Amino acid sequence: MGFIWFWLVAVMIVAYVVLDGFDIGVGILHPFIARTDEEKQLAIRSIGPVWDGNEVWLLAGGGTLYFAFPLLYASAFSGFYLALMIVLWLLIMRALGIELRMHMQVAVWRTFFDGLFFISSALLAIFYGAALANVIRGVPLGDDGYFFLPLWTNWSLGPEPGILDWYTVIGGVLALVALALHGSLYLTVKTEAALQSRSRSASIYLWFALFVLTILSLPATLAARPDGLDNYRAFPLLFAVPIIIFAALAGIFYFTRKRAERKAFTCSCVYLTMMLVGAAVALYPRLLPSSNDPGRDITIAKALSGPHTLHVGLIWWTLGMCLAAMYFVVIYRMFRGKVSLASSGYEH
Amino acid sequence: MTALILHRIHFGFTITFHYLFPQLTMGLALLIVVLKTIALRKRDERYNQAARFWMRIFAINFLLGVVTGIPMEFQFGTNWSQFARVTGGVIGQPLAMEGVFSFFLESTFLGLFLFGEKRLSPLAHWASAFLVFVGSWISGFFIIVTNAWMQHPVAYRVLPNGAYEVTSFWGLLTNPWALIQYAHNMSGAVITGSFVMSAVGAFYVLENRFSEAGRIFLRVGVIAGLISCTTQIFPTGDIHGRYMAKHQPATVAGMEGLFHTQRGAGIVLMGQPDEEKQTIDNPLIVNNVLSFLIYGTTKAEVQGLDQVPRDQWPEPLPLLYYSYHIMAGLGTYFVLLMAISAFMLWRNQLFTTRWVLWPLMLSFPLPYIANTAGWMTAEIGRQPWVVYGLIRTSDGYSKYVSAANGLFTLLGFMGMYSVLSILFIVLVYQIIAKGPQLGASAPVSEPLTVA
Repeated sequence: MGFIWFWLVAVMIVAYVVLDGFDIGVGILHPFIARTDEEKQLAIRSIGPVWDGNEVWLLAGGGTLYFAFPLLYASAFSGFYLALMIVLWLLIMRALGIELRMHMQVAVWRTFFDGLFFISSALLAIFYGAALANVIRGVPLGDDGYFFLPLWTNWSLGPEPGILDWYTVIGGVLALVALALHGSLYLTVKTEAALQSRSRSASIYLWFALFVLTILSLPATLAARPDGLDNYRAFPLLFAVPIIIFAALAGIFYFTRKRAERKAFTCSCVYLTMMLVGAAVALYPRLLPSSNDPGRDITIAKALSGPHTLHVGLIWWTLGMCLAAMYFVVIYRMFRGKVSLASSGYEH
Repeated sequence: MTALILHRIHFGFTITFHYLFPQLTMGLALLIVVLKTIALRKRDERYNQAARFWMRIFAINFLLGVVTGIPMEFQFGTNWSQFARVTGGVIGQPLAMEGVFSFFLESTFLGLFLFGEKRLSPLAHWASAFLVFVGSWISGFFIIVTNAWMQHPVAYRVLPNGAYEVTSFWGLLTNPWALIQYAHNMSGAVITGSFVMSAVGAFYVLENRFSEAGRIFLRVGVIAGLISCTTQIFPTGDIHGRYMAKHQPATVAGMEGLFHTQRGAGIVLMGQPDEEKQTIDNPLIVNNVLSFLIYGTTKAEVQGLDQVPRDQWPEPLPLLYYSYHIMAGLGTYFVLLMAISAFMLWRNQLFTTRWVLWPLMLSFPLPYIANTAGWMTAEIGRQPWVVYGLIRTSDGYSKYVSAANGLFTLLGFMGMYSVLSILFIVLVYQIIAKGPQLGASAPVSEPLTVA
């Protein structure tokens, strides 16, 4: 049961990162590649009908985490209190930036909401990356399963780390670049002409940055979590994960040069998925390792809900996910193809 | 301020602000389905235009509901971690189900409704409005199930590690408290929707601008208002009160300001409770009515606060008392106003009777106050328990999140929500000032984003 729910929650997190990832990426990139007001509208149009549904994965995933692993939910959310509250504020600002821009006829306000959309998207990406890095590195868990992390410390790893240290900053920058690339590939798929060619050249620059960061992240992760390879050594087949990661990276580059936008974007989805899977494999069966005493690790067994809860949950979760998948097929089919402003005389 | 008080205010403030939006979302969703249904059945384009107008307000309101709702789901963990840790196996379930069954449905079909009018057939467009309505009402149900378990825990057992687990999934979903509370709450949401719709209608008719649309809004708003205001008191409020008297006698005693157990207890219409002296100052009491309302006979004994140990009194007691009285007082006024308006509508005089249109226009904030007061009655009334009779509120909050950290983020939320309020008012006022465009010439536009 624990094994199943670990991977079900992982699936939801992956879905969130892959789906909301591209609209966060569009937010990070749009000030640089969308120059005219029309191009900015196009960029927002490309995510307009879907970003809200993408973000639901965060809520559904959070809820599922709450009921399947209450201890993890309680410990992690209260321990990362300040960072999480900042994430919540960023999510609010980002939604306003996307949605309210077109309600304002004044250029100054539009610029303001564009700025809000950019800053909140960029910071969210950094926070998500740093959050994952925090989980991999571990936190100073107490005997009662709780902790409280300050935002910053002396930037070094150790038994009493802060939310931001050199390792988690690498995680943050990696996420920023990876999601920006994800967004630029999405925009290349969804747009035409000047906006598309600018997205494409942004993809190339971002790709080089991501390539370097991905290589850097491997030794960094082993420094932060020396036992990170244990599961891989036990099941050598799992070394396929890093191989797929690099194959996907190569694929992004190759297909972008070949102007096969969809394939490049698919490779980016695979890359993000496998990076998360790789982290999950390294951690399993831990959910939140301790930085000071392995005996205090929050493991699946420690955090798991009662058996009845989980059995019933499996039934409605499966049903709900089938429905959700159906909705996503409907909405993405309906808004498939390139975006244009021609069909929409916008007024409010 | 202690950490306990701060965490209570933190949750209380953010949930109170949040619920200003979903109540209109749920109420309007139903009324929009009504408008779309009339449009479809009568093939009357004016009702489609009316629905389109309300959808614009709905979209902004929905957005505000979403952005203020995200913090709620996470605050169980951030500010109430001990509570979350032991109850996750029970209430984590409806909360996760809300995300899985309702939010995906709502976000998808809201997108289809807003973007799809040109791409969908009229029937499919009606269906997407209907599914938005279903999604928002399912969402409300799961939240009520969560709250009802905290008010009246059922179908649970305690695991060896001290955590709670559901023993019967259906038992949790069909908690009698949840069903009663749901009916009462949804009827309250429809009241907000119908008062807002009537107020905009009255504004247009009084202004003599868009008055054709205004009359449609008034007609739908007043009829829905009369029905929902009536069901709010009878049967839903009545049953809720009796059920509460049976299972939370201390709460009812606190709500009514009944310090001493009495036979033939009277109902306090007005007065200020004095907790120290255990009396009501300046009371205006109608004899025997409370006994009658709860037990159906004027002679029945009603349990007062004197039978409750002092450390189990709901607190803050005066706030509980006032919340309940504000809710009940406003509820009575709503029935009166809507009954008069509906009578005038039936006599075909509503659109010219200014002394009814004015209060209809000005009363729209009151259902927000009444719904908030109702929830405060429920939540303060549950104190000092976070799960009634099982877990004390003082044992539920995050021990490692200090009062100062709580205050920091509370101030942050207050600042951010002030900005949200201003934006919301400006945007909705823009929409109302621009008005609906009735008639065939109005273009069907496709927005860029959902809101």
